[in-house]
Amino acid sequence: MSTLTSRSRRSGFRRGEAASGWLFTAPTIVIIGLFVVIPVFMALWVSFSDWGGRGSPFASTVNFVGAKNYSTLLAGGGLDEQNFGTALRNNAWYVVLVVPIQTAVSLILAILVNRAILRGRGFFRTAFYFPSVTSSVAITVLWLFLFGTTGAVNKVLSWVGIHGPNWFNDPNGVLHNILSVVGVKTGPAVLTGNTFLGVSWWDWLAGPSVAMSAFILMAIFTTSGTFMLLFVAALQNLGGDVTEAAMMDGANGWQRFWRVTLPQLRPTMFTVLTLGLIGCWQVFDQIYTGTQGAPGNTTLTPAYLSYTAAFSNQNWGQGAAIAFILFVIIVVFTIFQRWVLRDRAVSKRRMRLYRVPPADPRIAAASAAAASDSTEKTSGGAS
Amino acid sequence: MSETVKTAPAQATTNPTVPGGTPPSAGSPRPTAPKPHHRPVTVRGIVARSVLYAVLIAIALVYILPFLIEIATTFKTDADAAANPVTLVPANWSTVAIQQLFLNSDFPLWFKNSAIVTVFVTAGRVFFDSLAGYALARLHFRGRGVVFAALIAVMSVPAVVLLIPKFLVINQLGMYDSYAGMIIPLLVDAAGVFIMKNFFESIPVSVEEQAHIDGAGTFRVFWSIVLPMARPALVTIIILSFQGSWNELSQFIISTQDPSLTTLTKGVASLASGQLSQGTQYPLKLAAAVIMTIPVAVMFFVFQKRIMNTSEGAVKE
Repeated sequence: MSTLTSRSRRSGFRRGEAASGWLFTAPTIVIIGLFVVIPVFMALWVSFSDWGGRGSPFASTVNFVGAKNYSTLLAGGGLDEQNFGTALRNNAWYVVLVVPIQTAVSLILAILVNRAILRGRGFFRTAFYFPSVTSSVAITVLWLFLFGTTGAVNKVLSWVGIHGPNWFNDPNGVLHNILSVVGVKTGPAVLTGNTFLGVSWWDWLAGPSVAMSAFILMAIFTTSGTFMLLFVAALQNLGGDVTEAAMMDGANGWQRFWRVTLPQLRPTMFTVLTLGLIGCWQVFDQIYTGTQGAPGNTTLTPAYLSYTAAFSNQNWGQGAAIAFILFVIIVVFTIFQRWVLRDRAVSKRRMRLYRVPPADPRIAAASAAAASDSTEKTSGGAS
Repeated sequence: MSETVKTAPAQATTNPTVPGGTPPSAGSPRPTAPKPHHRPVTVRGIVARSVLYAVLIAIALVYILPFLIEIATTFKTDADAAANPVTLVPANWSTVAIQQLFLNSDFPLWFKNSAIVTVFVTAGRVFFDSLAGYALARLHFRGRGVVFAALIAVMSVPAVVLLIPKFLVINQLGMYDSYAGMIIPLLVDAAGVFIMKNFFESIPVSVEEQAHIDGAGTFRVFWSIVLPMARPALVTIIILSFQGSWNELSQFIISTQDPSLTTLTKGVASLASGQLSQGTQYPLKLAAAVIMTIPVAVMFFVFQKRIMNTSEGAVKE
């Protein structure tokens, strides 16, 4: 009886639920709709228009120009294409170096900090995590000082007899610098003569400039703490039994790490790589605060270029087009990574090692029987 | 799955009280009692441990020294900062940089603007995120799945891509150069809604049902019963939005031009690029950077346990 009445009352309450549901989510829907969804479509229109920043982008004076903004960037042959190519080059090197290094550093920190025997674990965690809470502007200001010509880093380098570079004013590519040490000052004609997006192949392969390297170090410094915490969480949720079983089987520490711990960390690894990748393609604050793309456009990034194209040069269509190309790049990379890190039970090569050669049908049948037997056993054990 | 994990720490804490009881999970990440028989102290063990500490201390120095140098430079003179960039004790203590910052610049105004924006954004996010999170977790309404899916899609839009689009809308709505334009776009964040939804799904529904039976309205149930229970998640939202809005830069670049609306991030960035100063003036710039870091640092140290624990996984609780 009592259940019946409560039920009827609840269904009465369910009727009001729809209204409250929409009411409760309304602020979120309105704000996100107004400042994310609508803007994206507005900008998509602007990227196909010749809007100059005055009045409404929907005014009758604004014309549809097709893919002109995109083609100027991707095949225009002019300065715009060259700047865009340079920005992509810079950011690509940034991604290539920051993403793996920050993942490795944060994983190493997590493993060191996660030692059960460690005293002062809280202190170390705090120390490694603190850079993550500070603002990118404050860190950039600090970095400009540390990596200044007469800054702390060069001072420390001078103690060991190294004459440090002029960090934020040095446009030379790191790889080019290394090559020039072994005597290669100019690239082969094949590389210098051919261009992609207005930048010669030789320049694509220049590596990050010395200035960009300072930003790369900064990114590793500020993000490794956050990712360390993600790895620490994952490590603490790992059951000890698998590792123990590996220990029983005689696996040494190194093998246990590569074959047992690391595969179990795959989901966290995916998160860290994805977040890193998305973040690294959006370098903006540091460039805005620090170098504004200088020296020699070697710290220019697509995000910053999009901003200057629109807000400084009033070339809104192009700015919006850069933003959308960047969007596509990020989405493509994320999907690619998901594909690379997808859950494969066992690789085909490895599978072959375990498989009984099917030459003899009797053996195949026997192994199949054994397999089904073992599954029965495990399921029986579970229940 | 989560239940089994939740019970594990309880076992671990009760085990040591049983004398001679062997812990069932010997490889548990944090053994509460030392296991003297497992690991005899050997010379090799001591060496390995010393190496571990040496490495950790060296890395910790790399992470901490920049901030110590930053603080020290704040109290140096320009010449001292240029000549001795590494020393942690100024040759002669000087508060000129800080005085200049507070008496001869717009720094106090920037600080005020950042504080205003942060307070409103944090309050707004706590309220709206939990409201929407509750609706998506508990209330049954047609279209709930669509709203949630849209939210996930929005989360995947990179913020930098929205710079120009956001400006277009803010401009169209006539909110350019106003607190409204700075604050309203930040009032809700999809990630926060997501966190709150997950939290509400993890707490039992029975208390709310009882309140409904007693005739309380949906908002009343939410406000006086559910929200107080959601304190841990709300603290997470407060930390994230405080840190997020205090450190926000791009939103203020695109929504304001008026110097009287400049926030700390925007103002200090203009200081850094040398628009307002002659010479390097590193003590001044670093003083600004140090002072703008203090509020988030205080926040961090107050909620340190919580920050470290939430990332350690709620299952550890």
